[in-house]
Amino acid sequence: MTPFDAKRPLQLNDQGQLRHFLSLDGLPRELLTEILDTADSFLEVGARAVKKVPLLRGKTVCNVFFENSTRTRTTFELAAQRLSADVISLNVSTSSTSKGETLFDTLRNLEAMAADMFVVRHSDSGAAHFIAEHVCPDVAVINGGDGRHAHPTQGMLDMLTIRRHKGSFENLSVAIVGDILHSRVARSDMLALKALGCPDIRVIGPKTLIPVGIEQYGVKVYTDLAEGLKDVDVVIMLRLQRERMAGGLLPSEGEFYRLFGLTTARLAGAKPDAIVMHPGPINRGVEIESAVADGQHSVILNQVTYGIAVRMAVLSMAMSGQNAQRLLDLENAL
Amino acid sequence: MSISILGARVIDPSSGLDTITDLHLENGRIVALGAAPAGFNASRTIQADGLVAAPGLVDLDVSLREPGYSRKGNIASETRAAVAGGVTSLCCPPQTRPVLDTSAVAELVLDRAREAGNSKVYPIGALTKGLEGEQLAELVALRDTGCVAFGNGLKEIPNNRTLARALEYAATFDLTVVFHSQDRDLSHGGLAHEGAMASFLGLPGIPESAETVALSRNLLLVEQTGVRAHFTQITSARGARLIAQAQELGLPVTADVALYQLILTDEALRDFSSLYHVQPPLRTAADRDGLRAAVKSGVIQAISSHHQPHERDAKLAPFGATEPGISSVELLLPLAMTLVEDGLLDLPTLLARLTAGPAQALRLPAGELKVSGAADLVLFDPKASTVAGEQWLSRGENCPFIGHCLPSAVRYTLVDGHVCHEA
Repeated sequence: MTPFDAKRPLQLNDQGQLRHFLSLDGLPRELLTEILDTADSFLEVGARAVKKVPLLRGKTVCNVFFENSTRTRTTFELAAQRLSADVISLNVSTSSTSKGETLFDTLRNLEAMAADMFVVRHSDSGAAHFIAEHVCPDVAVINGGDGRHAHPTQGMLDMLTIRRHKGSFENLSVAIVGDILHSRVARSDMLALKALGCPDIRVIGPKTLIPVGIEQYGVKVYTDLAEGLKDVDVVIMLRLQRERMAGGLLPSEGEFYRLFGLTTARLAGAKPDAIVMHPGPINRGVEIESAVADGQHSVILNQVTYGIAVRMAVLSMAMSGQNAQRLLDLENAL
Repeated sequence: MSISILGARVIDPSSGLDTITDLHLENGRIVALGAAPAGFNASRTIQADGLVAAPGLVDLDVSLREPGYSRKGNIASETRAAVAGGVTSLCCPPQTRPVLDTSAVAELVLDRAREAGNSKVYPIGALTKGLEGEQLAELVALRDTGCVAFGNGLKEIPNNRTLARALEYAATFDLTVVFHSQDRDLSHGGLAHEGAMASFLGLPGIPESAETVALSRNLLLVEQTGVRAHFTQITSARGARLIAQAQELGLPVTADVALYQLILTDEALRDFSSLYHVQPPLRTAADRDGLRAAVKSGVIQAISSHHQPHERDAKLAPFGATEPGISSVELLLPLAMTLVEDGLLDLPTLLARLTAGPAQALRLPAGELKVSGAADLVLFDPKASTVAGEQWLSRGENCPFIGHCLPSAVRYTLVDGHVCHEA
């Protein structure tokens, strides 16, 4: 007996194109590079006086956020608008679910309104997979963050940031610092860096914030910040949620900052041209010193700009992959 | 009603019998093995060449969902599913609504089971009222109604002093206590085994120590109180070793494992399929190997289905929002036969873990073939196969094995000499 069915990767169509964007797991390097190349071309659109291209004209993109977000939701909205799509954004955490409607029903209702694409953020790991597999497989589903599992557009915008500043991934040392355990950004970054050929990926944090079995990502674990930052090209800081102090993961913000906070002095151990990244929102004085966040190494605001281009790339590619699959299914049915 | 079963390979692990012979049943009892007694006149003859005849299977954990959760299943539907899986005796856990903590609820369950007329049902009573972990349930009254053991399910008794007293009280009357050993705090909020897979999927983990810490404490209290203890749903290799050590010390402890734990590992979670969401969780391949070895050696003497039927909606949500459990009692025999097919156990050993092993653990009048004993039997074809889900009797379709081709096929299940299932 074989208990597992071999099935086509959920997020690709029969021709290997993106039709959903759920996770970076299993996506080939070529596809990730294609996303970055496409995003690069959209960056020019953002620099124009008229910031629109007609790729998604007549399509409806639905941002469904079951978890609060400002940055991610706004950049997805802008990305969809710049592709000429009609956009609606729903903060579901404050509407239907409080009336007892299930995720399943909320999404089915939106599908009935003829949405072509869902951008979903949800606090449960696997929520986007669930929607793509069981709720509306014919609507392109973009994961805007699911629990601790994945935040693939953030992962790709981080890769675009690195590529634009460092050129390539082949000779880089990249350190990810802080709360790896609860971070979907860290998971997506580790997968993307690995897939794009980064040879030295480091994670730095106390054991309480490093997930068991992290070696599977091909990363090296450091519990000492100075040691981990030595000669790195890229530092990715993660946000530390205040609620981590409860439950014994950390004694205090102060002690965390003392050990793992990124200060000018600590950053001096990295390469002289190192860049500092952060998915935001930043906690000044908790994981990062203001002088570093606003300093010459920081590319934190560039990340936001690149985020729109990456999301435009992913939205347009998934829409075209989903359409291609629909045509294929139609042909097969005839 | 009198039945002759001719030419089957009769295997009875309790007596070591394994031979091709005939069985003769009358008035619900086995009246002879081999030649029919003088004057025996069979009203039905079953030609059983090529079939194996064994004691009906004994399943120590089948959630019947009644009373209280009829959308998931009921006593009639789930006992019907059980006989299709070769099960003639089963224990149902106390997590009903209301909780099985009074004689009235126990009587209701027993009455409905008798009416349904499928497998025999032996309820496990709640150890504490409402499973709240505070006040003892009326254990002796429950025993007198028919409860065969007492447990608190996965809801731990948080107060160690209350637990120790509960065990002492149970020991006074030689009652068996069933332990689910999972530490409440270490497993808090957990959805999957704390390991590489849970980390990868971003699912909150349940460490192995959630089992071993609780198990160690429970074993120490068993030693102190001398209570008869059964440890259910062991999930880790280290947990199985703790049981083995306790048995070497001579403690009166037995153990069972969920059949799916002998087949699946946490690798199955890779696509977030809620069908593999179970509590306690699926663990690693090394744990599965350790559990298989413990089953082979007899440290774990019972294999159960840990059948938990659910309605469709209970599994139709993101992984963490779904209810845990697998519906699989009706596949118990063919699914267990994969262990024989894969060379992990020989057939008599497997049958021992499905009949005499569980029956002895909870002292049930079942799990053996003997003259003048109850005619509870399963007849199956070891060379045939079963396509899981081709027909489905349980109300719960939450079974990841549906669609798979499994070895062997149950042909007849007899309870008290009555054919309850025929295929």
